[in-house]
Order: sequence, then C-alpha cells, then structure tokens
Amino acid sequence: MANAIEQYAKNLSEVTREAVRKSGALTTGQRVEILHKDFDDPDEIRRLASKIKQHTIDHLDRYLEQAEASLVKSGAKVHFASDAESARQRVLDILQQNQVDRVVKSKSMATEEIHLNPFLEKHGIETVETDLGEFIIQIDEDTPSHIVRPIIHKKREEVAESFQRHGLGDYNTDPETITRRARVHLREKYMQSGAGITGGNFVSSESGRIVLVTNEGNARFSMAPNKVHIAVIGIEKVVPRDRDLAVFLNLLARSATAQQLTVYTQFIKGPRMPAQPSGPEQMHVVFLDNGRSQILGESCREILRCIRCGACQNVCPVYRHASGHAYRAVYGGPIGAVLSPLLGGKAAFPEYADLPKASSLCGACREVCPVDIPIPEMLLKLRHKAKKQNVPTPGAFPMAPYATLATSPAAWRTAMTAARAMNYLPMKLAPIKPLRDWLGDRTLPKWRGGEFRHWLKTRKGGSADV
Amino acid sequence: MSDREAIFKRLSASLIQVGEKAALPEYEAELLVARPRLNDAGLWENFARNFAAVNGKPMKLVTEVVSFLKSESVHYGYCDPALSDRFEPALNEIGVEVVSAYDKGKYEDYQFGITQAAGAIAETGTVVLTDTLTSDRLGALTPWIHIAVLPEAALVETLGEAIASFEANETNIIWATGPSKTADIEGILIEGVHGPGEQVCLLDNG
Repeated sequence: MANAIEQYAKNLSEVTREAVRKSGALTTGQRVEILHKDFDDPDEIRRLASKIKQHTIDHLDRYLEQAEASLVKSGAKVHFASDAESARQRVLDILQQNQVDRVVKSKSMATEEIHLNPFLEKHGIETVETDLGEFIIQIDEDTPSHIVRPIIHKKREEVAESFQRHGLGDYNTDPETITRRARVHLREKYMQSGAGITGGNFVSSESGRIVLVTNEGNARFSMAPNKVHIAVIGIEKVVPRDRDLAVFLNLLARSATAQQLTVYTQFIKGPRMPAQPSGPEQMHVVFLDNGRSQILGESCREILRCIRCGACQNVCPVYRHASGHAYRAVYGGPIGAVLSPLLGGKAAFPEYADLPKASSLCGACREVCPVDIPIPEMLLKLRHKAKKQNVPTPGAFPMAPYATLATSPAAWRTAMTAARAMNYLPMKLAPIKPLRDWLGDRTLPKWRGGEFRHWLKTRKGGSADV
Repeated sequence: MSDREAIFKRLSASLIQVGEKAALPEYEAELLVARPRLNDAGLWENFARNFAAVNGKPMKLVTEVVSFLKSESVHYGYCDPALSDRFEPALNEIGVEVVSAYDKGKYEDYQFGITQAAGAIAETGTVVLTDTLTSDRLGALTPWIHIAVLPEAALVETLGEAIASFEANETNIIWATGPSKTADIEGILIEGVHGPGEQVCLLDNG
C-alpha cells in the first residue's frame, strides 16, 4: 500500500472504517444478487457495454460532433471547455449574462472535478448543493468520499450536529427528521434560484438526449422552477444511439446501488416544450475536456469507458480499509487511482503518482466493473510511468529504502545477490547486542534471495524482465 | 484557437495513436430484458407488481384514488385542467379543494398533484412523464402525493420499448420508478426527499 494512504488509514477512526467497510460489503453483495436474479448472463451485458463504450471513445471526434449538432438542433446551446478554469468561466459567463445570483446544483462529479462551487461563491453567486449527502458535505466544508454515497464516512450524530450548527433545527439524529428538514430548507432554495446546474450520466449522440439519474428528485427540482439549466458533462459521456442507453441504464443502478433503475431517470435535450409553463427557457451544455482528450491517446484510454457507478470502490479492500479521503483527490478508490494522476495532464501527474501503488492488484475492481475496465493493468502501467518519470517515492524509513529497491530492478537484483554475504558472516559478530544474544542459540535459514528470479529466467517461456 | 477547435484537434491527434478501433457491436434487444420480472399475467398486472415493489401505488379506480387521498387527510391540491372533470366532483364531495392552475408562490400549499402519464413500463414499474403531457412540471413534483393518470394503451412491456417509443421532438422525458428516496445517511432508506413521498399510478381504461 502506498505510504500516504497507509498513513491515512492508520489514523482513520474505527467507526468510519467500519461504516465504509460495511456499506461496501453490503452493496457489493446486493449488486451480484440483483444482476443474477434479473439476467441469465449479466457478464454478457457487461461485455456489450464495454464494447459500445470503447467503440464510442475510439470515434469520439465523430460522436461528440454529432451530439453537439443534435443538441443545437433541439434548441440547446453547446459550449466547450478545454480545462477546469475554462469550464468555470463558461458557467460564470452564462450566469452573469442572465443576471443570476443564486443557483441550485444537483450532484455532479464533473463540477466537483472543476471545483465550481468555491469559484462561483467567490464571484458572489450563492451556490447550493441539493443532493442530501452533498448538501451535508457543503455545510460541513467537507469533500465527498464516494462517487455515489458522498457521506459514507459520516455518522448521523455528526449530521445532527451540522444541522443544528446551521440553524436547521435542534439536535436530532433521526434520519427521517433530518431528511424532512433538508426537504423544507432546499425547496426554498430551488424556488428562489435563477439557474439549475447538473451533470450528465450519458449523452446520446443520435438525439442529443442527456440522461440524468437521481434517487432524490433533486435534478428534476433544480430544473422545474428555473429559467436556465446548465449541464457540465465530460466529453467521454457520449454514446452512439438512444437504444444503447438501455444497455447502460440496465447496468448503472444495479452496479451502483443494486437498484434496477434509479428512481428518476431524465432524458433532456433542450429547453422546456412551448406549452409547458414550468422549466428552463435555456439549456446550456458545457462539454468538459480537462485531460480526457490526452488520455485518449495514451495507454490507459479504456478508463474513459467509466460510467461512475462506484462498484470498484465498494469492492476494493484498500478503499474499504482506508476510505475515499485517503486518496486526497476528487475520485478515490480504484477508479480514482487511475483517473486522478491522469486528469489535469502532465503537470498534475506527480501529485497523484503514488495512488496507483495503493492496490494489491487483487483484480476485484475489474470483475465488478460494468464496462470491464482493466484497472489492475492500468495501475501497473501507471506505476511504470511514475518510475520512468522519476517521481520521488513518498514516505519514510523503512518503506522508502524498500520502495527504492522494489521500484528499481537493477538495485533489487544487486541487493538480492549481495545479501548472500550474510550466509558467510559469523552470527556472533552481529552488531546489536540483543540480536547477538538471540542468534547465539539459533541458526538462520540460508539467504536465498534472487532464486525465484533465477528460476523464472531459466523456466521455459518465462522472463525475469516482465 | 477556441476551446472547441483545441479539443477536436487534440482528439484527432490522440485518435491517430489508436491502432485498431473497436466496432459498434450488434445486439438483440431481448438480451437486455429482465425476464424474471415479467410473467403471463398481462401488462397492467406486471406493471402493478413491479411498481408496488418499489413502493409505488398502482390503482385502477378513481374511487380508490379518492379514498386514498381521504386517508391521507388532504384538503388542497392541484389537478391538470384536462382531468378536473374526473376528479373534482368526487374530491369536492369529501371537502377537498382542487385547483387547476399552479401558483409557484404557493408551492407549500399543494398536498397532492394529479397529472397525465405519457406511458409506463411493466418490466421496471416505471411511470413516464413528458413536458407535452404534464400540465405543469411543478404540479407533478412539489406535492407530497403525485397521481399519474395512465391511458392503458400507453403501457409498454420493456425498458427498451419505452426508449424506442420516445417522441422525436420531446425535449423532457422523466421516468419515475417509485417515490423519491435517499439512503445517504448511514444507508437508511427514507422516502420523500425532494420529489413526491407517494407515487400513485391510476390506470385509465375509459
């Protein structure tokens, strides 16, 4: 395990660790159950989803252009943003052009990724998260620790305290009371705001329909009373046709929360219909690149298939042990260990280059992935990349010298062979007294370092350089 | 260079690196149908069972809706003007006031909303709403109880069929699979977060 993550895990409270572990284990089990209850061969759907998504990103220029054209045709305005800064500016421009000073937001990882909220607040725009978990994150000035369950790390007592601190009622730990209070408080926010900001789970290039899923109904409510709707969406979210949405919708909720479908699935491709009295008069789509077009040309391009279900986080032994915040980035867990060092390009790589080491490469993440992303292979590739770029190995003794040896085959080989000298040293010369005494009446097994390497090298078809 | 140009330029440069490009796979719609959720009982029966499984309330008679509203002790609600004739007399009789114009300023006052459904999906127990058939989005969203009135002919069997029957011009389609819910706090399921806490679907076979 990478040292920084191990350190974080060490300091994590047992209560939090247990909450994360339990939720992960429960959802992982329920996911398998619902997939096998509903389908003879769920793996076939997983492989199909993987192929459709791979086809799409292999032709992303074409499908993105088509999605843009479809959206424009149905009355939406399409914007493109090369990076986080540009995306934030686009959103701000739209809001300022419409004299909007209050916005409501439904849960969106893309807007987390570009750190939209603090930017809008800095420009005097009140920005309110409306997903219950995200709302609690916001009033606590915390960050989400799971893609689907942002407050998986919080206990109800903490939530009760936060609500009390923010004038949302007296101390009460009952989840239903907390939810009702949020309902009342946020309704006022929806009704007083001038724009609703959402993400987008999929975009059909064929029709321009953007799919938005929520269980709470907050994306619906972020749009219904507002004149302006802005959707910030990663460019990799496109799929070819409407009919392909059935493939992904059948997998998304089952993988994420073990539901057949999320309660609300919305298909939006423009402003409200002419006869409809409520709903946005303007729909803006901001397509976000932020490193994705770069990733497309590199060795981990399959990561762009990701549909952000969080199943890899739920199943991962490291994530369950350390929690999402241990990864220090917007995306945690196996998906985050690949995505975080890649998003933001070359400059951002060293900051998160240690994350791919936080894995035992057990392969569970690949088995549950609805789009069959070979995450373990990518973690290896990224470890290699970090080594090639000489990204400094984090940590202190004894992990640092070990890490240096373990990441350099030449040094490892030398150390393995050199240590054989120990076999010829008299143990009574051991430099530390307690060790000398201990060794006085014991015989150590012979140091056999390097033998496995030798065996592998001489074995038919094997190579020690793999 | 605009961001748009820059993105497409980078995409082209990256896509040149991709050796063999994946083909779009062929597949049968049947592969995606959760068959165990459907039996020979008929479309409505299948819908009703799956809808009830996600805590939706399937109903077949206007009188059922009226007695449900009575049991919920409501006194004021919104109704699509096109449906008023069907509900208003019976509701007035039990002392419930019904209005057919939604006033945004009074959003807290509506205890129920009655609007038309554009369809429903038997396989998943899903009610389909559209901008074209929903008289007011807020009327279907803000009240604690939402009653969707479903013409029998609009009911389809599978999720795939529902997608195939999207109206080309419709800009806003919503699938509601049960009442609004959350499990954000310690994984405990709570219904009625931002949307309705009760989702009713009334079969209209008249």
